[in-house]
Amino acid sequence: MIAIVQTYGSMLLGALGKTLLLTLLSLVFAMIVGMIFALMNVGKNRAFNLMGTVYVDAVRGVPLIVLAYFIYFGIPAGIKMIGIQDFRLTALQAGTIALAMNCGAYMAEIIRAGIESVDKGQMEASRSLGLTYGKSMLLVVLPQAIRTMIPSIINQFIITLKDTSILSVIGFPELTNMGKTISGNTFKSLETWAVVGVMYMVVIVTLSKVAKRVERRVNRGR
Amino acid sequence: MVDNRTIIHVENLKKDFGKLEVLKGMSIDIEEGEVVVLLGPSGSGKSTFLRCLNQLEHATAGTIVIDGNTVTDKHTDINKVREEIGMVFQHFNLFPHKTVLENIMLAPVELKRMKKEEAKEKGMKLLKRVGLEAKADAYPSQLSGGQKQRVAIARALAMNPAIMLFDEPTSALDPEMVGEVLNVMQELVSDGMTMVIVTHEIGFAREVSDRVVFMDDGAIVEQGRPDEIFNNPKETRTIDFLKKVL
Repeated sequence: MIAIVQTYGSMLLGALGKTLLLTLLSLVFAMIVGMIFALMNVGKNRAFNLMGTVYVDAVRGVPLIVLAYFIYFGIPAGIKMIGIQDFRLTALQAGTIALAMNCGAYMAEIIRAGIESVDKGQMEASRSLGLTYGKSMLLVVLPQAIRTMIPSIINQFIITLKDTSILSVIGFPELTNMGKTISGNTFKSLETWAVVGVMYMVVIVTLSKVAKRVERRVNRGR
Repeated sequence: MVDNRTIIHVENLKKDFGKLEVLKGMSIDIEEGEVVVLLGPSGSGKSTFLRCLNQLEHATAGTIVIDGNTVTDKHTDINKVREEIGMVFQHFNLFPHKTVLENIMLAPVELKRMKKEEAKEKGMKLLKRVGLEAKADAYPSQLSGGQKQRVAIARALAMNPAIMLFDEPTSALDPEMVGEVLNVMQELVSDGMTMVIVTHEIGFAREVSDRVVFMDDGAIVEQGRPDEIFNNPKETRTIDFLKKVL
């Protein structure tokens, strides 16, 4: 095990960096996607409601690995069919899109639940003062909703971090992919996967500790 | 001195919730400076009527004109009209993530009616008026029910509304806190504010209102000066109701 760490330590750390990069990029886009579809869902416009529901159902109904294959291989193939020859997505681009779409659907549900957990009287009081729906949402409802959402968002963050390993199938050099390479080269499966597992664990446990602290701080002003 | 200008005009107002008819064609005119108390058993449509006035509920049919603006017309900018109408809720609905002063300053600043400094000054003045200037930096969770409702009144006054709506403002309060809220409301009456109040405080209604409107089953049964309604009610439904609450 020590031999693995000594020989491949820096490569593994680099791969871990790629994992974190992919996680962060995906989360940023997932937040945006989630916010858009959550707002569509809680509003009164029936067409938007339907779009929101269809998106969430569609993405949740497809395994992430299938979504990743579809975006990485399927989309460029489709674009080729309409006559554009040299369109390609890098593994990072395709991976980010797949994860952001997937995570965005769950995020939409988290944000929707958060908004709906805020008492209806808050929106009414704000509207009664003359504020628009948008301003009331932004200044009154969302700041309260975010507090209840934080534990679920942290949870989603961790799930997304773990999900990045699935994207080793499209060849993105993240941590799991690196593990595959190393164990293939050294034939030391036990040691390699133990090291990779511990690396994931350290990051995730650290993150959830930090997140708990943030959560407590946010809740203090209530 | 009673000004005779009509500030609220309601004609044949109807409101359904699905199959349930809550308001069955209500008409009323309220003058500037008038204090009107709505009485009636629960489910009679008092709160729904109040919430139709500022369009928190959209009328199914009928016309509502507030200070010359037809709010039941889709082309009317309802947000503008709402600035003219303050509303106080049974459950206060203060914004828990903002301090008392921030609660009051939110609308004037966001709607660009006042600069921040000006809004702060106005907010402090209003807090003084409701006797809570010491609580400016407190959060709503640190206040008693009576204090919360006084802040809610101050918040509703921050936009200098022409009309104030009160939806059972003392119903969620412990008995010993009712008085402080009624006192603040009484001061508004003295200042000549137009007020529409849904309440079960008969004593308060008798003392401060210009007109008592008794509602039942989505319509006005009887209305008149408080002494008329309380001392000589004419309709059986009014008599029955007053027997229960007096």
